[in-house]
Amino acid sequence: MNEFLLIFRRSFIGEEAPSPEQLQASIKPWQDWLGNIAAQNKLARPLQRWDAKGKVVTSSKTVINGPYAEIKESIGGLIIIKAYDYDEATEIAKDCPILQMGGNVEIRLAVPADYHE
Amino acid sequence: MHNSELLPHLFRTEYRKLVSVLCYLFGIEHIEIAEDIVSDTFLSASESWSIKGIPDNPTAWLYTVAKNKTKNHLKRSNLFEQKLSPDLKHITDKVEELEIDLSEKNISDSQLAMIFAVCNPCISSEAQISLALNLLCGFSAQEIANAFLTNKEVIYKRIQRAKEKLKDENIKIEQPKITEINARLDTVLTALYLLFSEGYYSISHHTVLRRDLCAEAMRLTYLLMENHHTDKPAVSALLSLMCFHSSRFDARIRQNGMMILYDDQDEQLWNKELIEKGIYYLNRASQGSQLTKYHLEAGIAYWHTHKEDTKEKWENILQLYNHLLILEYSPIAALNRTYALAKSNGKEEAIKEAEKLNLADNPFYYSLLGNLYTGLDNQKAVAYYRTALVYTQSDADQSILKKYIEQLLHKVDPLTK
Repeated sequence: MNEFLLIFRRSFIGEEAPSPEQLQASIKPWQDWLGNIAAQNKLARPLQRWDAKGKVVTSSKTVINGPYAEIKESIGGLIIIKAYDYDEATEIAKDCPILQMGGNVEIRLAVPADYHE
Repeated sequence: MHNSELLPHLFRTEYRKLVSVLCYLFGIEHIEIAEDIVSDTFLSASESWSIKGIPDNPTAWLYTVAKNKTKNHLKRSNLFEQKLSPDLKHITDKVEELEIDLSEKNISDSQLAMIFAVCNPCISSEAQISLALNLLCGFSAQEIANAFLTNKEVIYKRIQRAKEKLKDENIKIEQPKITEINARLDTVLTALYLLFSEGYYSISHHTVLRRDLCAEAMRLTYLLMENHHTDKPAVSALLSLMCFHSSRFDARIRQNGMMILYDDQDEQLWNKELIEKGIYYLNRASQGSQLTKYHLEAGIAYWHTHKEDTKEKWENILQLYNHLLILEYSPIAALNRTYALAKSNGKEEAIKEAEKLNLADNPFYYSLLGNLYTGLDNQKAVAYYRTALVYTQSDADQSILKKYIEQLLHKVDPLTK
């Protein structure tokens, strides 16, 4: 079994703040999806929630406060899961609710110490 | 109360108190001496009361005799001077002046100290439970063996080894230090949770004994809640969970000891008083920011006190299970969660997720699939129930599965009736 990092990204540009009803409706798919992964015992680490605003340091060492009108896509969150290979990790990522919101999931294998490419 | 009932009753309630107080006084190295003195006290009671009749205050009689026997033993064995003195010297120099404190306060302190000593991570949780039942609840090795469906020798050895280990590790019987309560409380709560589950889910048909296990687990949890230092939200949450479960104890067992499933239970038999208490403790548990698995399980048990199937009920149960699994995986939670998923999001979605669970060695996995396919594909449902039957050991579970198969066969082909 390997560990994979799943990073959810999507564009927040030009978006109006969601209504409480929209917010509530958007929570359930996430809870159910995370519940699906947890029910397979494939969550590798406890979940961590991240502040939505954040900061970015650019190459000119300018500090931008979020949310970022200048950056196309921002991290919505990340989890670390257990899966045999990229195929299995990809199947899990295909059910991620970020896809319904026009976002994407980047998947990265945690490299074991004895790993040779 | 007649003599023949009184003594076993007092043994049940007073043995553990006396043992705890003496162990607290003597330290872990002399548990056996404490047990011998208390057993001897009850032996004296049985002899004396059958000749002279029951004294006016039987409990006070037991306490006085236990105190005298302790002092006599200490004098006779030189235990006081040679072994106990370093620990007890700070109290008194002479055996005669040694005060054996059997006040309610000291009994309660002693029991709390004993809970923390017995539930020490240096011994396995199996051993913790047997030792707790033996020392803190006054159960004999035979009774514990009956509850665990094993033989007396196995339990006896387990208890002896656990005591030796506690001595070797020099575990102190003392009030838990405030700084370490949070870390130690986890192990203690796990042991009490398992003790309760042994009673609640045991396949033993010995209903009275099982009820006693549950009651003891609740008593010890209550003891933790009563103490200012150990009164943490997780303790209230665990007690709440135990109240909700216990409220269905009568409704789920038939006269002959057979199980009655939730859907078939007569909710009039649910104990309303325990449900009220469960709600009270759950509210009490929601102070503070800590959310433990006991909170989540108590929440699930709370929703199960609503018999009627509503969207709100199953959505809440599903989210509580999602949360529980994210916090801590267990196969049984994964299976129950999938059932809630079917109730909330529909059977098709639940089947898709059930097939990913990777629990092919678990009989409940097949009965879950049998349940999910019922009404969608009854032939498949029968096949799954039959597989479940192969894996199932207990008579009670087998007869339930056979009932389901029977019902489905009538639906599959009405002509076979």
